[in-house]
Amino acid sequence: MSADAFTRTDLTRILLEAAGAEEGFDLDGDVLDTEFTALGYESLALLETAGRIERTYGIALDDDLLTDALTPRALIGVVNDLLTVARTV
Amino acid sequence: MSTATVVVTGLGVASPTGLGTREHWAATCEGRSGIGRLTRFDPSGYPAKLAGEITGFTAEEHLPSRLIPQTDRVTRLALAATDWALADAGVRPDELASFDMGVVTASASGGFEFGQNELRKLWSQGSQHVSAYQSFAWFYAVNSGQISIRNGMMGPSGVVVSDQAGGLDAVAQARRLIRKGTRLVVSGGVDASLCPWGWVAQLAGGRLSTSEDPARAYLPFDPDARGYVPGEGGAILILEAAEAARARGAHSYGEIAGYGATFDPKPGSGRPPGLRKAVELALADAGAEPSDVDVVFADAAGDPELDRAEADALTQVFGPRGVPVSGPKTMTGRLYSGAASLDLATALLALRDGIVPAAVNVKLSPEYDIDLVVDQPRRLGLRTALVLARGYGGFNSAVVLRAPAPH
Repeated sequence: MSADAFTRTDLTRILLEAAGAEEGFDLDGDVLDTEFTALGYESLALLETAGRIERTYGIALDDDLLTDALTPRALIGVVNDLLTVARTV
Repeated sequence: MSTATVVVTGLGVASPTGLGTREHWAATCEGRSGIGRLTRFDPSGYPAKLAGEITGFTAEEHLPSRLIPQTDRVTRLALAATDWALADAGVRPDELASFDMGVVTASASGGFEFGQNELRKLWSQGSQHVSAYQSFAWFYAVNSGQISIRNGMMGPSGVVVSDQAGGLDAVAQARRLIRKGTRLVVSGGVDASLCPWGWVAQLAGGRLSTSEDPARAYLPFDPDARGYVPGEGGAILILEAAEAARARGAHSYGEIAGYGATFDPKPGSGRPPGLRKAVELALADAGAEPSDVDVVFADAAGDPELDRAEADALTQVFGPRGVPVSGPKTMTGRLYSGAASLDLATALLALRDGIVPAAVNVKLSPEYDIDLVVDQPRRLGLRTALVLARGYGGFNSAVVLRAPAPH
């Protein structure tokens, strides 16, 4: 996929495919700065989500990224940084 | 370890004869078979083409979206059946202490369809394309694991792998755990691997019927017996100590009164098969005489040699035509670990209603001197049932069920 940017919509779509949604959470709501663990996504769900992002966008995410207190905003940022690097190389 | 009475307080059925206990039992009493030509994939290239498929199960209607990407069909069926069984028992897991609830299921294959899809991706696209969930979604213990996670059950848990016998062995292990002090155990078995990979694995066992006529393919104890038709599904049972169940005012389907398990001798040893001994052990454990048994749910292999061994064991223990024998598997096919669990559920319903389901399509061979119930179900007063199961490779298990004492 040659998207210019990795958007919140992209993340929500991949997240739903990879791990579904916890009942009671609206991924389109005010959750950008909520940690994934608080949204019900444990490490394995994040591993699956990261794998799908890597395959879709042809990038490699650092494994350490998933062990931190990761939020949707942070993940979108990291992916976009990598896409920018990939475009400028 | 105590010898506390352990009872079944909830049933959850997912079977080719129906989703839910009511539907399954109605079809079983009416003799409606769930066996037909495979629809999950095109079976025309394989020697066996019939199966007992579950129809009308849409996982999304029963489970949250979080569970869909990480589960195989077998686990989705097991989770739904567990929900039904808990509801039937009137148990709300969030009202009990996590460590007071355990899960012991039986499994013969795990999540084959999930595994097939991931192996296909590995082979065609590379390891990066394999789902992280493949780490557990295929695994034998996956049903026990997902049931325990979904319901917050952190007590003693495990999985038993002994093919068909597992459906009884799991319940026996659950009974042990309750006698050691666990408050409630979810048990039973569900197997489902009607995908091409699962199919060739089943074909490799060499006992599948290759008949293409659903009415002539699986005929245990019949002169035309020629193997079995496999199926998918099984049953989940909620087990509790009778005293605890009574204390909370729960309904009981009956008691797991006795259990016996043996292993067949090495082929060619000249020693007899172990099924008879398993029956005797189960009766002794239940403190029951053969004359106490009102109905036997047969393993019903549909293989002439295995049918002979089972008929001999029954005749030796109960005498010629000494007890009514039921074969409801003829309507579902053999469900591997789900088979004996489903037979336990069916037997408990038989005790409740005083109805012995008939084996469908079967004409009893004159070679066997057993009282096989065919054509029509038989109405009888039933107090005690014996359920038999044999697993590929020599497993024999037997469970004695006793109806609840009348009030």
